Amino acid sequence: MAKSFVGGVHPPCRKDRTHALPIERLPVPKTVVIPLSQHTGKVNAPLVAVGDRVLLGQKIGDIDAPIACPVHASVSGRVTAVEMRYHTNGREVLSIVIENDFTDELHPTVQPKNLNDMSAADVLRWLREAGIVGMGGGGFPTHAKLAPPPGGTLDTVLLNGAECEPYLTADHRVMVEWADDVILGLRCLMKAAGVKQGYIGVEVNKTDALTALRQAIAPALDIQIVPLAVKYPQGAEQQLIAACLNRTVPKGKRPVHIGVVVNNVHTAQAIAHSLRTGFPSIERVITVDGACVERPGNFLVRVGTSFADILAVCGLASEPCKLLSGGPMMGMAMHTSAVPVSKCTSGILALSRAESPAGEPMTCVRCAACIDVCPMFIYPTLIAQYGERGRLEEAEKYGALVCHECGACTYACPSHIPLMQWIRRAKSDIYARRERG
Amino acid sequence: MDIKKLTVSSSPHFHSKNSVRRAMLWVLAALTPAALFAVYYYGAYVLVLLLAGIVTAVACEALILMLRKKPVSGALDGSAAVTGLLLALNVPAGAPWWLVVIGSFLAIGIGKQVFGGIGHNPFNPALAARAILVVSWPARMTDWVGPGLVSAATPLAQYRAGNVVPSYLDLFFGFRPGSLGEMSVFLLLVGGLTLIFLKIIDWKIPVSFVGTVALLTWVLPREGQTAFFAGDPLFHVLSGGLILGAFFMATDWTTSPITKRGRIVMGVGAGIITAIIRLYGGLPEGVTFAILIMNACTPLIDRFTLGKSFGSARGAS
Repeated sequence: MAKSFVGGVHPPCRKDRTHALPIERLPVPKTVVIPLSQHTGKVNAPLVAVGDRVLLGQKIGDIDAPIACPVHASVSGRVTAVEMRYHTNGREVLSIVIENDFTDELHPTVQPKNLNDMSAADVLRWLREAGIVGMGGGGFPTHAKLAPPPGGTLDTVLLNGAECEPYLTADHRVMVEWADDVILGLRCLMKAAGVKQGYIGVEVNKTDALTALRQAIAPALDIQIVPLAVKYPQGAEQQLIAACLNRTVPKGKRPVHIGVVVNNVHTAQAIAHSLRTGFPSIERVITVDGACVERPGNFLVRVGTSFADILAVCGLASEPCKLLSGGPMMGMAMHTSAVPVSKCTSGILALSRAESPAGEPMTCVRCAACIDVCPMFIYPTLIAQYGERGRLEEAEKYGALVCHECGACTYACPSHIPLMQWIRRAKSDIYARRERG
Repeated sequence: MDIKKLTVSSSPHFHSKNSVRRAMLWVLAALTPAALFAVYYYGAYVLVLLLAGIVTAVACEALILMLRKKPVSGALDGSAAVTGLLLALNVPAGAPWWLVVIGSFLAIGIGKQVFGGIGHNPFNPALAARAILVVSWPARMTDWVGPGLVSAATPLAQYRAGNVVPSYLDLFFGFRPGSLGEMSVFLLLVGGLTLIFLKIIDWKIPVSFVGTVALLTWVLPREGQTAFFAGDPLFHVLSGGLILGAFFMATDWTTSPITKRGRIVMGVGAGIITAIIRLYGGLPEGVTFAILIMNACTPLIDRFTLGKSFGSARGAS
């Protein structure tokens, strides 16, 4: 019986076009744009200047801060600019532009590692140097995630292979094609965290991934594969932990407080790849799909490749209404295709008007659909209404700060009210007021 | 291909097929079998009453929206049609057509638009209008008839008078006098369960409402009697407007609680009031007033039944 959580919605999966397509390597572009921030935390300082020659895998941005993670050159070539460029988060971020010389000359630091020779502390240091961040979208630096809470210990590493967002099949392909790497990466994470038990949660619509992972772990007992019901947001951290481990993350706390670390399956694969080859995190698999895309698929691309370069290869059959970075439930709508793929870009979707219709918002009819589907058991319509009127105490009381922005409420609302947007606004208003004091 | 114009908006970029109109059309569809049964049982005149209710409601909604300078298309969202149909289903077959027209007008005008229209009315509009009609035209609103429009008493009135009542089977399939929409429990259940299956209504209100009425009418002695646990719960569940009210009126989105526990409170409360009125009140039937009273309590119920968010410790909010 597949495990699950309370609440949630069942959006159409739309994975048929890409889930069976093997991962394909895309041509490396002429120019890459490497944002100095591809993670949650402090923005890196550039380590190179305009005119410098950089080598493949060379560290080009870093900063001494507890929550930060360096970035590396994904091609060899010359730095042509260090300037503000649009990032997939919608903001301009200081970025390093590299003109590819197509030699892929390796930096001397690119050396394979042996997990058995490293202590847990060595692994943590190395994870940071390799630029490993959460590749599911959050981008939290992995080494920082593995630090136990003050006075507490970690007991479980949980890999997220739910991939509950419609369209996206990149994680699915990673699990099918690189199952051994996913398991090796998980063992590496378990070593760094000093834990004995690992879990991988996978939605049951990915039968081939479940089979591949089971074959890759057999006959070990330290890792369990957990089949999960197909429901959104199954891959949200709290919901995944509730389903796989039957444990609850207390309100306002992070999973480490109950001894759990959650990482994406692609992150685990990237760790294993880095161990085996010595390459830092400079490439990832993305799903490219949407009705406007002529040749959908799963592509291995270098970090810094622009959406425009990728869409040029995949082809656009018609002009998209929306260009998304990520899935349709939580992804960001881009205003330009001149944005680079970062370590946390899981997909590029070029959606037609029919795929992403804009409903006309009506009055709330108090049907409570938003409340019934909310996996965090909060009151979306009340937060939205109070937030809209600037009554932030009430918005907070009804759960504004508990919201992790899965968007199930907006998806379900029969009045087409942009609840998620109002809740985001209420949250930022509450935080802004706290800062003012 | 060049991309010239991209829409930028907050996620999610997907929407379910849910819409108010879709839900309202399903409610209309779910009520249709029971309504058609009334046409079959009483005759074609009933069709006039049903259409009078729907047409008046939609026309009034459109007119008032126009006066309020709101988009008139709102009249076609299905909610006015549902209100009009429910109002018509709440009158006896002997009612004149103009009574339905007045009732429908009151439902939309006084019951709904006066408060700001859809989503803002505190009381179920059809029931609010029915209450006004019962008070204003008491004789016409109790002009119960049988097939062929000959006068007849409702099972609840017969029961109260100590007379013979129809068999459970007749009650279940609807062969008894009553308001147009309340007769066939069987067809109402078919419609109501469909709405529950489609998640348009929550099972909690009808189940707790009907369950409470059954329990209390079984346990409590009716007026003039003293024996406890001697009531006839099945008769009470099958007669009157309980099933129509519990599945189609107490579940009205706008006027029922939005919290999960609140919906149970709503159902239990309405059940208690219904049972008390039926057993001890001055009227044979109490569903209308039970629901209206619980509608008035809805904001309070919501306030005291707020659930805790995911991961909240016991005792914390």
